[in-house]
Amino acid sequence: MVAGRLRPARRPEGLPDVVWSWIPQNWTQIWQYTLDNALLGLLPPLIGLAISVPLGVASVRWRLLYPPLLSLTSAIYAIPSLAVFVVLIDYTGLGNLTVIIALTLFSLCVLLPNVVDGLRGVSEPVRQAATAMGYSEVRRLVQVELPIAIPVVMAGLRIAVVSSISLASVGQLIGVSSLGYFFLDGFQRDFPTEIYAAIVLVLVLALLSDLVLIVVGRILTPWQRGQRHARARRPDELAGELA
Amino acid sequence: MSFVRFAWSWLTSAQQWHGPDSIPVRVAQHLGYAGLSLLVAAAIAVPLGILIGHTGRGRFFVLNLANVWRAIPTLGLLILMVVLLGFSALTWLIPLVVLAIPPILVNAFEGVAGVDPELKDAALGMGMTRWQMLRKVEVPLATPLIVLGLRTAAIFVVATATIAAEIALGGLGRYILDGLAANDYAEVAGGATVIVVLALAVQVIFVVLRRLIVPAGLRAQSRSSR
Repeated sequence: MVAGRLRPARRPEGLPDVVWSWIPQNWTQIWQYTLDNALLGLLPPLIGLAISVPLGVASVRWRLLYPPLLSLTSAIYAIPSLAVFVVLIDYTGLGNLTVIIALTLFSLCVLLPNVVDGLRGVSEPVRQAATAMGYSEVRRLVQVELPIAIPVVMAGLRIAVVSSISLASVGQLIGVSSLGYFFLDGFQRDFPTEIYAAIVLVLVLALLSDLVLIVVGRILTPWQRGQRHARARRPDELAGELA
Repeated sequence: MSFVRFAWSWLTSAQQWHGPDSIPVRVAQHLGYAGLSLLVAAAIAVPLGILIGHTGRGRFFVLNLANVWRAIPTLGLLILMVVLLGFSALTWLIPLVVLAIPPILVNAFEGVAGVDPELKDAALGMGMTRWQMLRKVEVPLATPLIVLGLRTAAIFVVATATIAAEIALGGLGRYILDGLAANDYAEVAGGATVIVVLALAVQVIFVVLRRLIVPAGLRAQSRSSR
């Protein structure tokens, strides 16, 4: 590696950049922090989903509700995670809850527009057909409109999960344990192996979760097979509408 | 509401507004880091995205990049750079630029690739050369997405510059990390408030930028279609 040549002098000479034996020696610790990181990364998007579905349904039904909600979420999305964490510390303390609430807020910013778009994407003939078949409004929502919205919602959920897993490691700066522990520890001890390992683990965790969500999405939408995938609306696309 | 009280008392004390650690200095540092990396990233990613969108080559690469970059742990990348390279300007500039490139690249690509083929046919039919078509049709139509990409990158760069305080970089993250280390919650709260204001101000800048750059015809169109 190029980096090897530029290595600062303070590291003992001859110590390779990656000490492979570190991994088996610290296996239990690595596993524990990986689990912590997975929990912090997966829980918030799921809570966010549970909030954004009813909120999205309400936004579609009462149109006036949506523009202010959209402005609020896109504003929250722009705030650095570290700042959100420390704003919450005062109310929720230096614990998991702080990181979970902050990441839930970020997930909500991604999910809400996707739920609304997914529901608005249901074509009028389909709704009318459901009504003509005698579906009540609630049944039409649950059995027709929400299933049709699944691909768009799933695409948003994938973005939320991947971002949360990666952002969870920042929680370590306020002392909430995650794979970020190895970043800070590796920094203090000037020991790159830890940092490499944790970066790889975060990436693997994120991409693995992404893969699982792709599979779940396919299972949930058997009628979509062989069709093109829905593209998520990225949270950044909201700006255009607000301007 | 002690957060507000703490932040207020910290923000209103005179020592925060003078000297080398004062708020104006830290804001300038923060905007300097974010602005410089955004400029470098834009100089690389906008032309590249337009090129890939125009030719269609490298499409697969760009679409996958869009999925992977959100997974990159920024804190880890910053710390890795310090441990490997020691502390220098490159230590923070490289990760910030690398992280700002994907959203700009992907949006520029999608903007140009998404131009209606009929419009391109019309441009060629009118006798435009390919270069004229790119300059007068494809790029103007892609501006809403290009600005969007810059905005996402800006959000990302401002957030990462905050975290970069961990690797002894200046900027507004200093207040939060120094305050946490010293158990000085007033400093933490005050610093966080300044960061929130800065992040929102950057958003306003992009709303204005959009007004200035996006052709009037496109803006009118997007308004009527919603």
